[in-house]
Amino acid sequence: MPAAKATFDAAIVRRAVSDSFRKLDPRQMVRSPVMFVVEVGSVLTTILFFRDTTLFTGLVTVWLWFTVLFANFAEAVAEGRGKAQADALRKTRSETIAFVRQPDGTMREVPSSQLQLGDECVVTAGQVIPGDGEVIEGIASVDESAITGESAPVIRESGGDRSSVTGGTRVLSDEIVVRISSRPGESFLDRMIALVEGASRQKTPNEIALNILLAGLTIIFLLATVTLQPFAIYSHSEQSLTVLVALLVCLIPTTIGALLSAIGIAGMDRLVQRNVLAMSGRAVEAAGDCSTLLLDKTGTITLGNRQAAEFIPLPGVDETALADAAQLSSLADETPEGRSIVVLAKERYGLRERHLVGATLVPFTAQTRMSGVDFEGRRVRKGATESVRRWVEELGGQAPTELAPVVESISKSGGTPLAVADGARVLGVIHLKDVVKEGIAERFAELRRMGIRTVMITGDNPLTAAAIAAEAGVDDFMAEATPEDKMALIKMEQGGGSLVAMTGDGTNDAPALAQADVGVAMNTGTQAAKEAGNMVDLDSNPTKLIEIVEIGKQLLITRGSLTTFSIANDVAKYFAIIPAMFQGVFPELRSINVMKLDNPHSAILSAVIFNALIIVLLIPLALRGVKFRAMGAGAVLRRNLLIYGVGGLVAPFIGIKAIDVALAALGVH
Amino acid sequence: MTSAAWLQLLFLVALLAVSTPLLGSYMAKVYGGASAPGDRLFLPVERGIYRVCRVDPEREQRWNVYALSLLAFSLVSGLVLYVQLRLQGHLPLNPDHMKAVPPALSFNTAMSFLTNTNWQNYSGESTMAHLTQMAGLAVHNFVSAAVGATVAVALIRGLVRRQSDTLGNFWVDLTRTTTRLLLPIAFVGAGLLLSQGAVQNFHATRVVTTVEGAKQSIPGGPIASQEAIKNAGQNGGGPYNANASHPYENPNPITNLLILWLILALPFAFPWTFGKLAKDRKQGLVVLAAMFSLWLVGALLVMPLETRGNPKLAAVGANQQVTTAQSGGNMEGKETRFGAAGCGLFADSTTGTSTGSINCAHDSMTPLGGAVPLVNIMLGEVNPGGTGSGLYGMLIFALTSVFIAGLMVGRTPEYLGKKIQAAEMKLVVLYLLAVPLAILSFAGASVLLKPALNSLANPGPHGLTEMTYAFASGSNNNGSAFAGLNGNTPWFNTTLGICFLIGRFFLMVPALAIAGSLGRKQPVPPSAGTFPTGTPLFGFLLVGVVVIVVGLTYFPVLALGPIVEHLAGRF
Repeated sequence: MPAAKATFDAAIVRRAVSDSFRKLDPRQMVRSPVMFVVEVGSVLTTILFFRDTTLFTGLVTVWLWFTVLFANFAEAVAEGRGKAQADALRKTRSETIAFVRQPDGTMREVPSSQLQLGDECVVTAGQVIPGDGEVIEGIASVDESAITGESAPVIRESGGDRSSVTGGTRVLSDEIVVRISSRPGESFLDRMIALVEGASRQKTPNEIALNILLAGLTIIFLLATVTLQPFAIYSHSEQSLTVLVALLVCLIPTTIGALLSAIGIAGMDRLVQRNVLAMSGRAVEAAGDCSTLLLDKTGTITLGNRQAAEFIPLPGVDETALADAAQLSSLADETPEGRSIVVLAKERYGLRERHLVGATLVPFTAQTRMSGVDFEGRRVRKGATESVRRWVEELGGQAPTELAPVVESISKSGGTPLAVADGARVLGVIHLKDVVKEGIAERFAELRRMGIRTVMITGDNPLTAAAIAAEAGVDDFMAEATPEDKMALIKMEQGGGSLVAMTGDGTNDAPALAQADVGVAMNTGTQAAKEAGNMVDLDSNPTKLIEIVEIGKQLLITRGSLTTFSIANDVAKYFAIIPAMFQGVFPELRSINVMKLDNPHSAILSAVIFNALIIVLLIPLALRGVKFRAMGAGAVLRRNLLIYGVGGLVAPFIGIKAIDVALAALGVH
Repeated sequence: MTSAAWLQLLFLVALLAVSTPLLGSYMAKVYGGASAPGDRLFLPVERGIYRVCRVDPEREQRWNVYALSLLAFSLVSGLVLYVQLRLQGHLPLNPDHMKAVPPALSFNTAMSFLTNTNWQNYSGESTMAHLTQMAGLAVHNFVSAAVGATVAVALIRGLVRRQSDTLGNFWVDLTRTTTRLLLPIAFVGAGLLLSQGAVQNFHATRVVTTVEGAKQSIPGGPIASQEAIKNAGQNGGGPYNANASHPYENPNPITNLLILWLILALPFAFPWTFGKLAKDRKQGLVVLAAMFSLWLVGALLVMPLETRGNPKLAAVGANQQVTTAQSGGNMEGKETRFGAAGCGLFADSTTGTSTGSINCAHDSMTPLGGAVPLVNIMLGEVNPGGTGSGLYGMLIFALTSVFIAGLMVGRTPEYLGKKIQAAEMKLVVLYLLAVPLAILSFAGASVLLKPALNSLANPGPHGLTEMTYAFASGSNNNGSAFAGLNGNTPWFNTTLGICFLIGRFFLMVPALAIAGSLGRKQPVPPSAGTFPTGTPLFGFLLVGVVVIVVGLTYFPVLALGPIVEHLAGRF
């Protein structure tokens, strides 16, 4: 994925400006009822301007058109950022030639765009994979940077959970046979381009509900404005159509109406920037609503592998001697566990890694269940306690009685003990344990403050699971979990009214991914998992689920804050416009002109200009989103209500007054 | 404010503070489905009613059946009233030989009483027979209030129930509200009124010679019984044209206080019931506090505005001091036995609820003093509103508030765990649109129409206030008249009749549909991430949304009416 562009990249802005005019097409405008009303009003005042060319009507008309254009610009900028990403993606979709294996074993050359479902393509090193599919033969390293932005190659092989490949990625080594799993034009890349471009954007449920409220408010204000004319005529102060249109536009919720779709697009965009593809905006909203997160232990809560945490010497053994032996025994051990022993010895005991000359490395085998080294007459071994005990006894030694309690206590705490022996002497035990990711406990605490429950899912036994759950600070855990258990848990949570989010990668995760309200499939996962979920994480980082929830919440918060701001703004506008409209007949209304605006025309114009400019000023906020803080709902509400509610009441008083002063200085009357 | 004003306010608040929890808890039992106090007395009566009406009390209704039952009941009972008004001359208990009520006025009156509005384009003592008052209008005073209660109860059930298709049984809720709530209160209320001198008889109008030697006609009738339910059910249609300023309806300051309590008791008890049924007292308290503070602010505005007197009279040397010897204050259109404070408190309460009975002429109040009842009505009768209708009105505002501000906590909005989605928002918008549509379009049309303008007693801003008040009062089912407007014309009889219906059923049906939609939902369990609706902050938000939504809708017309009148008169 290309790097995220700055909010106002010059190229994007240029394109957005021309798009703002293109979007004036009423057929497009009608999608946003509020802005459609503004456009109709602009057309009306334009006609009026050509009938009686006054400066006031002209200026109002110009600013009404600006209001519409600013709204279009906001949407266009949001779309533009997606389009830039889509363009970059499209470049990787260049036509390639696929070698399709015929039933008789011969090869046929087919352009990638004409590949059919089920075609079996042979892809060799250096070639681009012609379409989405499943590896059915072979193993290869694949460069997926076009999709993920990650330059390190990944392994793709037939069978198992690492069999899916994406069109547009490149095979670096070896040869694989790929069975195509998508129809032409419906590949992963095609869908991704459509998504980031906003072409397939549909209004999300909450957006629809909000639009209904905004349309309702628009009708109420239309009614208030239309019926104001009879009241004005009754009061012997008939109003011009220009003034009525200006009043209407100022009252209807243009700020949120103008920015609503930009907020939605930008929310999707923020996900894409974090390399997450949401299959629908609905899923992003659901993420904000999730109250239960199901998290796989491995990879999400703990690092993928167990690591050495401690060396426990038996009585009479020097701790450093044990560390030394443990390090020696692991020099040949390239497993992550082995590496972690070397690292621990170095970090805690300052033992540098050594290159042993003339040593015989004894690798781990399933039979011996030990690894070690024969070096300068020493025979150092480490391995499963039973294996080491047997090895010591074979050499005529005896495992000390103190060994058993140490081993037992490590097992009880959820760890894995590895015994270390130098010859016939058992030196001590290495404590291997699941290492909880750094900072994860704080994240869970944040989630708890936000009212989100975390449930750890693991295949471990309940004892081990409980120990890790306690260390990571999850709210609950499910041990010895089968896919069926997972499914049952999701259904139970949903039955209680909670929305559930989870991650998964295997084919057996697919039903649960489909059942969950937010199912994030790992890109490394199987095709089935990716089809079942409603989001795909290209980085395959399960911890990202937390960020996804935060993005969902941020999207909703931004929407709510700007709605509140928009409605609160109206109070000041009334105080600007109503006295201006009627102070000819009722001079005493001047006393509710609390802003002391210069004259009726500049008062109305100032309100209209403020109304237009506030859209532009808020575009960055709409695109960036209101800053998210992990706090309880009460605290978030208090804070946002103060900023956007009270702020929304006060800001326009200041803004309109400032514009009025400027207009007076410019001599506009 | 004068000390008399403070004392009246304090007494009233103290009475309400005692009655609200008691009544509210009792009502929660009445609507709760389990056994309730008084079952031994009421159950046999209710079973008899169900048997006669062929109602199966165990059978629950979906929202649409509930709504259809409600509409059918209202339509049929309204038609019966219409027929009774038209046939009045042929019916018994008519010692003054009142003739049939004309068709347009009959339509207006029938619509007015069936919708709990009780707008009166007639003068009771010269139009209605005793039987019409008792068996026609007073019956509607009971059942129209009960109908309002059923909608509130259905909405509470929609909010509280989990994945339930049904909202209860309309006929059962209607019956139980009448037998267990309205009849006992009216019975006790009427007794207390009688004890203070309100009249209750079947006499014909008596012509007596006064001390001064003039002839005076004194109409009789079953007054106390109707006065009690007229206020307890927030109806407001009194037997006399002078309404509660008439000494036979409201003889003295004690009855004035009693009537004020009757007006406010049930509407304030409903949010308490809501909290009880929701098993979350705080939810009810927040709604109650929002209603109470809006009502209190109204009282604290209107009472001093009236006790201060009229500056124009002060300018020509009139003594408007409040002393032990005179009521003082702005006394035009007021009774000396209540004084400016007693009238102000009454005006705030009768318009904050959908009652509309009056003990003074709102038309004669100071411009801003008169704006308080007008704004109260425009708020949509939610401070605290009518029996039931106040609660469902406020709950609709709560849904709106949750929707606007709820997003700010990063979840799709929910109230009591029920998600507010597009379906509910459509209905909320329909609800919020209906009344402004009726008020603004009819008032807008009326100020341009000659026949309508001829009904106005005053020109200029005051005339605009009179016109707006009439349509606001009709559309919000308040029924009080600002006065200064002759409503008994074909135009007003018809348009106001339509307003009553819009303001009643175009709100009730969406409210029931919302109840149905919410009832089917599975509530989201509360957590730290839930938008808090049981806190003072939400109370402030709710009041803010009510004031801003209403203020934005009506500010222009208020500016051209009472505000400009106040500013121009330097009041």
